This record gives sequence, C-alpha cells and structure tokens, in this order.
Amino acid sequence: MKEKKMTMPGVQAKKLKPKGLGRGGKDQLQLWLLLLPALVMLIIFKYLPMGGVIIAFKDYRYSDGIFGSAWAGIENFKFFFKSNDAKTVIRNALCYNLTFIVTGHIISIALAIMLTNIKSKKMTGVFQTLMFQPYYLSWVVIAFISLTFLSYKNGLFNTIVQNMGGEPISWYGEPKYWPFILWFFHMWKGQGYQILLYYTSILGIDESIYEAAKVDGCTTMQTAVKITVPMLTPTMTILIIMGIGAIFNSDFGLFYQIPQGSGALQKVTDVVETYTYRALTEGSMSISSAVGLTQSVVGLILVVTANAVVKKYNEENALF
Amino acid sequence: MKSSTEARMVSLVSYISFILFGLICLLPMLMVVAISFTSEQSIAENGFQLIPKEFSLEAYKLLFANPGQILDAYKTTAIVTITGTVLSVLFTSQAAYVTSRSTFRAQKQISFMFYFTQLFNGGLVPTYVLVTQYLHLKNSLWAIILIMMISPWNVFLLRTYIKGVPESLIESAKLDGASEFRIFYQIVFPLTISGIATVAITTAIGYWNDWYQNMLYITDVNKYSLQYLLQTLLGKIDFLKAAGDVGMLTGMALPEESLRMATCVVAIGPMAILFLFVQKFFVKGITVGSVKG
Repeated sequence: MKEKKMTMPGVQAKKLKPKGLGRGGKDQLQLWLLLLPALVMLIIFKYLPMGGVIIAFKDYRYSDGIFGSAWAGIENFKFFFKSNDAKTVIRNALCYNLTFIVTGHIISIALAIMLTNIKSKKMTGVFQTLMFQPYYLSWVVIAFISLTFLSYKNGLFNTIVQNMGGEPISWYGEPKYWPFILWFFHMWKGQGYQILLYYTSILGIDESIYEAAKVDGCTTMQTAVKITVPMLTPTMTILIIMGIGAIFNSDFGLFYQIPQGSGALQKVTDVVETYTYRALTEGSMSISSAVGLTQSVVGLILVVTANAVVKKYNEENALF
Repeated sequence: MKSSTEARMVSLVSYISFILFGLICLLPMLMVVAISFTSEQSIAENGFQLIPKEFSLEAYKLLFANPGQILDAYKTTAIVTITGTVLSVLFTSQAAYVTSRSTFRAQKQISFMFYFTQLFNGGLVPTYVLVTQYLHLKNSLWAIILIMMISPWNVFLLRTYIKGVPESLIESAKLDGASEFRIFYQIVFPLTISGIATVAITTAIGYWNDWYQNMLYITDVNKYSLQYLLQTLLGKIDFLKAAGDVGMLTGMALPEESLRMATCVVAIGPMAILFLFVQKFFVKGITVGSVKG
C-alpha cells in the first residue's frame, strides 16, 4: 500500500497533464491564489516604482503628474554630476563603505573565532545577548545615545575633556571627528549580527578537521588562521559580493539621525541617500529620482560583475 | 604541553575581548536610562553621568502625568506593528510555500521576480510619488503597513524552512484529497512554526522601529509613531541648521534632558524586555538565512 502511494504522484501527474484543467489545474489555481497577496504587493510597491524611474528623465511637476510633465532628457543627471555635491556623496559613500567592509569583516571574523574559544555555554549566551542589543535599536534611539556623549553642554565627552583641563568641543560642528563617530556607530549597531553570522558558519565546519589538526599538534592560533579562516571563504565571498553591489548604498538612518542634520558636517556626512532625501523634501523630485536611478543601475552592474568574477574563479562561491 | 598553555592564553584573551565588547554594547544604552533617573539640577551641574549623582523620578512623574502624546504614539505603533506583522507573516509564508513547490509551473519565474527586486529598485521618488499621488495614502497608516509588508529576503528565508518539510508528506496529503490551502495551513505552517516565528519577530521589530516611512508619509501629529515622536524630540533639525553654533543648541535643555531620555526609555523599554525572551528565534533565523538561496 505504502509503496503504491509513493509511486502514485508521478503517474498521476502524467495522466492529468493532457486534460489541462484537471486536478493539476485546480492545484495551480490554488497555488496562484496563495501567492496572490504577496505578488500584488510586490508588483505595486516594487515593480510599479521601477516604471516610475521615467521621472528621472522628466521635469516633474506635481500638478502635471508623471505623464503630463515635460521631458528633460538627461538634464537631471547632468545637473547632479556637474555639482560639487556629486563629488562629495560619491567620495563619502565609497570611503565609508570600503572602510566598513574591510574593518567590519576583520573584526567580526576575529571576534567570531574568539567566541568559539569561549567554552562556557552560559557565557556564550550572555555575550550573544549583549552584542545583539544594539542591533535591534532604531537609529533614532541610537541618536539619543550618541547625544549623551556628544552634547555640547552635558555630554560625557565634554565633561571628560573639561575635567582634563581642556576646552569643550562642539562635536556637531567639527567635521574632523565624524568619520570615526559614524564608523563607531555603524560597527556598534551591526557587529553583533555579523559576528553571529560568522560564528554559526564556524560551528558548521566539520569537527573532525579540528580533531585532526589537534592530533597533528596545531596550536589554537594556527587552526584559526589555517583552517577556520579558509573555511569561512564562501560566507565571506557572498557577504563581500553583496557589499560591493551596495558600495554606493548607505544606511540612511546612520547618516541622517546621528549627525542630526547639522549643516556644518555635511561635507563628511552627506551620502547618496541623504542627498536624494533632501532633494525630495526640497521639491527637486526629478533630480532626486535621477540620482536614485543612477545608484540602482550602478549597484546592479556592480553586483552582477562581482558575481561573474567570483564565478569564474570558484563556481561554488558565487551568489547566483 | 606548550599548546595547552597557548590554548589557555587564547581563551583568556577571548574572554577579556568579549567582556570589553559586551560593556561597549551595554554601557551606552545604560547612559540613556541613567540620565532619565537623574535630577535636572544634577545634569546642569555635572553633565550626563553613567551613575546619577542625584537620583530623581521627576521625569517619569511628568511623563505619566501628561501621557497624551506618547499614548497616541503607542497606539499608532501598536496598530501598525500588529496589523503589519500578521498580514506580512501570512502573505510571506504563503508566497514562500508556493515558490517552494516544484509542481508550481511558474516557480522559476516567480522566484526570479522576488529575487530581482533585491538587485534593482525604482528608488525613493517613484515610490513616494506612487504612494502620495496615485494611491493617495498620505497620512494613512496603510502606507507604512503596505510598503514594509513583503520582504523578498523573508520569503527566501521561509522557503528554506519549508523545503525541510518532507515532500512525501505533502504528496500523501494531496492523495487524500487535501487542497493546497489545507496542506499549507494544516501541515506546512505548523511544521515550520519556528521559521515563521523568526520572520514574525524580525518583521515586528521592523514595524516597531520604523521612523523612516512615518517621516515620509505621515504629517498628522496624532499619527506619529513612537520612533518618529522620539525623533521630533531630538531637536528640530531645521532649527539646528539655521542656527550658527549647532553644538550650543544640541546641549540646550529643551525639552528637559531627563524628560527626553525618560521618553526614550518608555518608548523602547517594553520591546527591549520582550526581545530578551524571543531572541533565540532571531538568532536561529540568522543561522538559516545564511544558507545561500
């Protein structure tokens, strides 16, 4: 009886196919119905806006709508790329993201390996809980936290500076500190997640490799460098491909909330997202859209290229 | 013997690093809590301190005496989070089920449709114009709920869980005449509940933490979410821009410092406590999600 059941599906499927709308057709219909809500949302909120990118080629006016507005060719793109802002946001996005990728991976891999060296299950749990706390805080809350340190009058940093006999620093008015401040809060929020990602990858590595290494007399440091790091390459590759694809994408919350919109800091805190948001709120819809479209297209090209390069050297490590 | 000393050293360094790292994660958060319990006078004299010199409940008393605005924000955030999470989880899991079925004829095409949105998007302006000019959802909480509803990432995450359900189970249910709806809701859904819990938690945190969509689409003060309300308390951004010395102004006691921090604590406290209990699902989701899809 059981055996019969196992072979049935294939047989049945073959039988039903020519009938078209038989049992198979009914199943298809039900599957479509199950899919429908998500598909509708996907089409409305992801695919319709893709059509909306024509705004980038128009001189968009609210009153005329998308189709009524006059064509502007590539004027919007020209306007952006000729402006000083273009240099600033491109430089900032590139520098921040490269720094984030490089330091982020080094720190999180090092800490993930350290976490595996903590044998007490209880302590591992405690550390995991601690490092995860910042991850689910919103950028608004983190802006509150940063204010407790950076506030001119009451902030902890200025109290310390003054206690040491120095003059209080106007943190929100001095660009030179901000690359580090932004780097710190980026790491502070995201490292817990990335460490855990690597930590679980390490736990997935075959235990027998480590035992063999131990028998051969490898030290803990040697196993980390010669076994763990190479075994993490697939995870690392995928994360780096995604990182490269997103090299011009920044976390809007980080760059918008933490500097609190201080104009004095704009040179070091302005990225594509803050630029497009500002352009939108100032009514330059078409320019904002042109910048956004450029960002999307460049991102797509980069991720496909990075993936193709990886695929050429190692098929298995590719993302798709 | 030499290697065991080395192992002990590595373990020691690991402990020290993680204790430091743990403190770096924890202490900044405690600063906000500490300030909320510090008297305004003590703040004026000593600045923000991790350990209050002068303990005070004044800020909380003030806050609970006039809870109007924060209650409204709580209500908004609760409505958005609950409605959004329930609908999102149902629709996402249904889509994950369908795209996991090898018998579904459009499986490849539909999966690609979800995947492609991860690679390319229309951007901020087209979405903004669509929502405000065509869907007329300005000042409607539906704007926030709907925009954040479907995350392809979550669809793929759940698909990984669903693929763990034995195919034979589904096939035999089918032979017994069960519809796809019944198979999904009576067999697949209960079997993948831990994955669904993970997605539910991630989604709930996303809705709970939202200030961005709120900032874009809501101008009605009564519909501000908790996070956006907090943002408005941070200091008026335009106001800061217009003024010369930004540092001077951010240090100003408007609204009172402790009250501001107390509002922050009240806004995130409940979710922070809840999160401690559900964290393991979250961690599990990362583990499964790291499998490439």
